[in-house]
Amino acid sequence: MRPAIMEEVEALRGINSVKIKEAHEAGRKVVGMYCVFSPQEIAMAADAITVTLCGTKQEPIEAAEKELPRNLCPLIKSSYGFAVTDKCPYFSFSDVLLAETTCDGKKKMYELMGKIKPMHIMNLPQTASAKESLPLWEAEMVRFKEYLEKELSVEITDEKLSAAIRLMNKERAVMKRLHQLNAHKPAPMTGMDMMLTQWLKGFNVDKEAGIDLVERVIAEVEAQMAQGIYAFDEKAPRILLTGCPVGSGSEKVLKILEDSGASIVALENCTGYKPLDVMVDENKAPLTALAEKYLSTPCSCMSSNNGRLDLIKRLAEEYQVDAVVDLTWQACHTYNIESFTVKSFVKDELGLPFIQVETDYSDSDLGQIKTRVEAFLETI
Amino acid sequence: MYSVGIDMGSVAAKAVVFDGTRIVGHCLIPTGWSPKETGRQLYDQLLTQLELETHQISTIVGTGYGRISLPFIDHKITEISCHGRGAHFLNGDIRTVVDIGGQDSKVICLGENGKVLDFIMNDKCAAGTGHFLQVMAHALELDVSDLSRMARGAEPQSINSMCTVFAESEVVSLMAEGASKESIAAGLLLSVSKKTASLASRVSVKGPVYFSGGVAQNALLLEQLSEKMDVEVLTCEYAQLLGAIGAAVLGFEKL
Repeated sequence: MRPAIMEEVEALRGINSVKIKEAHEAGRKVVGMYCVFSPQEIAMAADAITVTLCGTKQEPIEAAEKELPRNLCPLIKSSYGFAVTDKCPYFSFSDVLLAETTCDGKKKMYELMGKIKPMHIMNLPQTASAKESLPLWEAEMVRFKEYLEKELSVEITDEKLSAAIRLMNKERAVMKRLHQLNAHKPAPMTGMDMMLTQWLKGFNVDKEAGIDLVERVIAEVEAQMAQGIYAFDEKAPRILLTGCPVGSGSEKVLKILEDSGASIVALENCTGYKPLDVMVDENKAPLTALAEKYLSTPCSCMSSNNGRLDLIKRLAEEYQVDAVVDLTWQACHTYNIESFTVKSFVKDELGLPFIQVETDYSDSDLGQIKTRVEAFLETI
Repeated sequence: MYSVGIDMGSVAAKAVVFDGTRIVGHCLIPTGWSPKETGRQLYDQLLTQLELETHQISTIVGTGYGRISLPFIDHKITEISCHGRGAHFLNGDIRTVVDIGGQDSKVICLGENGKVLDFIMNDKCAAGTGHFLQVMAHALELDVSDLSRMARGAEPQSINSMCTVFAESEVVSLMAEGASKESIAAGLLLSVSKKTASLASRVSVKGPVYFSGGVAQNALLLEQLSEKMDVEVLTCEYAQLLGAIGAAVLGFEKL
């Protein structure tokens, strides 16, 4: 039985798009961002509202393909399509955008997007382990802080940074507790509901209200667990989903998996657990602590990215996973190439079944994916 | 007590009856435009042919892309598991199945017990499938069943496009340049075997390999495949029925 409070979670979509408009009209500054490498805390310390921008739906892709190559990942095309068609309220009400030099596709697309709205691009190092990476990334934190101070005519103090860090840590902690509910066998929540709740947090205009809502989701799910109510039974194969980000509109592989009887218990991707794993150190100088936290993100745009394998291993054990599914958006070279490394690791080191599903946001391959997913589940 | 396996492929619909030890009969008809009606017709035809009554059939398992459009079946199982089980039933030594059907191709790795260990399917286009060969045969004004005979002994032309539409243009260009039908046919088969071997290289292939699906009737392609994959490739008269056989056997095991 689906927790009744999920309706309230789903209603956030409508509420947040109204709230962002009201905030904008009341003169609040809005900083739009796309990626989990974005240090939201710095924008929050500038008294700005931080929002995730739309990029998980098929509809605007056609418009994006007027300027971008077709053979590009759907996430980049969707993000750009939302921007050029002005169909994303969060983009529309953003005063400035924050982007990073992550993958090649994104950083080149940002050059075009920067012509639509003021954009600051942080120069993300290509490796996290080199000794010069952290100082470079910390200098980028300083550069972003100075950009915002100038652009929004505010002063960003250490006190405000510390307060923002505490609030974001609080949000991470509650989202982490929510995710960990599914470590229970059988899982109390569907992977679809977990994905949706995790994804929607990015659009929360009022962070405290968002945290409170997730607290209530946890309370209701725990109450259901106490009554023995779960989303799946003991026999459902437990899946760890890794790979590219997923949001509302790009959930087809999750839906096919769960419609075929699998229970997605862990979302290792950056729209799931990945950004929740490490907290920002509240005892260090704020910008140093932020640089450390964000640089530790195990993303495929980094060379090397062994942290992803460590995280998969940890989650596979903690969540009693039966198989790993690696979702790759078409033309996402970094995740696509890394899939071979993940496959070898999952099969040889963890001894678990593995499948990579490469697709886009369209419905054109639903039948083929269903066959592959069902066949995969039959082998477990 | 019998089980029936029905494999609704994109081109052909296949059904077999299994009595627990052997395949007692089979039937094959073109799928046509309505897999739902064809499936029913196929089932009725099979029973009439073998003089069986519906109450003698204990279970019906559907497989193939059209498995979802059969309302009268008891279980549906994907063609991956069914091809694997079918191959194991016919020859317990088989460790890999290469299936090239009408709209997709797949490579399935099997354990000693016939269980599927790993598999890979081609992407969402017709490249390297039976449909590809059908379109190309049409461009050459040949029947697809003539390709192997025609191509044998000819020096293959190089066909570079794997996209069915582009390859057709390439074939038309080659014909315009005066290349022989034999050499073009040989080139087409070689391109399918290369594509299939490349797909197979993504999983760990062990021999012997069983070649199934409608395209397995092409003798030259089988030889080329064996050479490109560097492994023994076998087939048999039941190659096109493999999915249906596996479905019937799996159905019987569920009883």
